[in-house]
Amino acid sequence: MNWLTRLIPSIGKSKETASKSKIPDGVWNNCPSCEAILYQPELEKAMFVCPKCGYHLRIGARKRISIFIDKDTFKEFGEEYTTKNPLKFKDLKSYDQRIKEAVNSTGENEALVTGMGKLNDLQVVVAAFEFRFMGGSMGGIVGTKFVEAVDFAIKENLPLICFSTSGGARMQESMISLMQMAKTSAALERLKKSSLPYFSVMIDPIFGGVSASLAMLGDINIAEPGALVGFAGRRVIEDTVRVELPDDFQKAEFLLEHGAIDMIVHRTELRATISDLISKLHKNQDNAVV
Amino acid sequence: MKNFYLDFEKPISDIVDKIEALKIASEDDPKLIPEIEKLKSKEKNLRKRIFSKLSIWQKVQIARHPQRPHTKDYIDLIFSNFVELHGDRQYADDAAIIGGIGDIDNKSFMIIGHEKGRETEEKVKRNFGMPHPEGYRKAKRLMLLAERFSLPIISFIDTAGAYPGIEGEERGQSEAIASNLALMSKLKTQILVFITGEGGSGGALGIGVGDHYSILEHATYSVASPEACSSIIWRTAEKAASAAEAMKVSAQELIKIGIVDEIISEPNGGAHRNYSKTARAIKSSILENIAKFKAIDMDKLLEMRYQKLLKIG
Ligand SMILES: [Zn+2]
Repeated sequence: MNWLTRLIPSIGKSKETASKSKIPDGVWNNCPSCEAILYQPELEKAMFVCPKCGYHLRIGARKRISIFIDKDTFKEFGEEYTTKNPLKFKDLKSYDQRIKEAVNSTGENEALVTGMGKLNDLQVVVAAFEFRFMGGSMGGIVGTKFVEAVDFAIKENLPLICFSTSGGARMQESMISLMQMAKTSAALERLKKSSLPYFSVMIDPIFGGVSASLAMLGDINIAEPGALVGFAGRRVIEDTVRVELPDDFQKAEFLLEHGAIDMIVHRTELRATISDLISKLHKNQDNAVV
Repeated sequence: MKNFYLDFEKPISDIVDKIEALKIASEDDPKLIPEIEKLKSKEKNLRKRIFSKLSIWQKVQIARHPQRPHTKDYIDLIFSNFVELHGDRQYADDAAIIGGIGDIDNKSFMIIGHEKGRETEEKVKRNFGMPHPEGYRKAKRLMLLAERFSLPIISFIDTAGAYPGIEGEERGQSEAIASNLALMSKLKTQILVFITGEGGSGGALGIGVGDHYSILEHATYSVASPEACSSIIWRTAEKAASAAEAMKVSAQELIKIGIVDEIISEPNGGAHRNYSKTARAIKSSILENIAKFKAIDMDKLLEMRYQKLLKIG
């Protein structure tokens, strides 16, 4: 604890700075990377990127959408969908209890928020994972919401942008969760057949089942600076191969170097980059959406 | 190979040992022969009893039984004239996935499956059936070949998962699996998936999307290995048995939640006690289902394949 967190207990409790978190406007916050003291309204203006070191702070799904989509244009899909406990899964706590806690702490019904909105006046479909909701893990409802967003994009002839951040599959739904990888990948295949572009924006962190399905399947794969993306987690790999991994392992820069992504884009440049790419991709199309 | 017995199979092995001993003794004393017959029938009943009420954790152990038949065994027993095809044409040939063309009754099939290997040296060569990206990319190449020549695909699932290593990450393990999922969802040929041993995670699914999902009676399939689930959820590797129960990994549970379409019965005592009988059961499922799916128009089949995925979750 530094002097400031001792003084103001609400500071430094969590990396989370999204709208639904408990931090009221006007308080101070500190950068998880360089520990610089940051003034919340300034941070908000900077899209939660540390002005001192460029660290991209974690933000919630709704905040993510609100900084990406034109003001007041977002219309949500399937917000009423809730998750049951299909396997009656129970470990130390029951899955129902874990869902209830996640709903209470995040204000979301599931780990994916989907909808449509405008990007520089162009209609687009967006999806954003909520990492605070059980690590952004993908269960049946997450898969279903994603597929419905894809279907809407196909029906209305719109580009799709997904901001992924997820620990992967949701253990509590076992095979139902695993099959969402196939379900979401199959839906994206249909989007591609309709010649609509899919932008996968990789947000720190993405692993397992989400990495090995919808997150890797972008026509254009974009990562935020510093994002960690991989199939297996660092600890699992270290336990398996018994080697200490380099610091940059699975980071955005590593992904770029190994050909997994098209580019690394700073959070404040995402709007401009994606809207430019959409217009480039569509320019010569008969059914141009731009 | 000498029979290997798991702890709970031990009572069976005790009787088997007695039978063997009596057989030798009976060469001098024919009066012992009826006793042998009695023991044989006792052994059979005991096997039936033990295998009719396996716990889920025991099923996990059976699915991983060192003598359980592997993809290579099924290829030998089900198909004739198998020609193995190697390599992803980009980086390497991954022996953790075996692929090639084989025949049944003069019809050709593309066969793709995980192969764990049998003896130590082969296990190492095959990386214990845990593929690298090049394994999935070899599978992808063979799937596309199958599509061009209208060969139905028979996929055998038996892996603890894709290999979690440094090189796999560098070469795009996630992308390799993801792009196979996308491809299999629209591949214009019939795909039958057989879960024969342990099915674990995206590493299993990466060659496992199709028109029909069959699982052997004592095989298992889950989002992660019970050990991995245990360490993620319980924060210890000690709770693997509880994790297996909670994830409902058994064939009997999976059919209830609509993940698989069919359970293929195993011989008394498990697939490892009778390879050819197990292979015959798989072969008849192949023949029956290929006939069924070949009669369906391809566009309709692809729509059915997609709808099958949509109804999960
Ligand atoms: Zn900073």
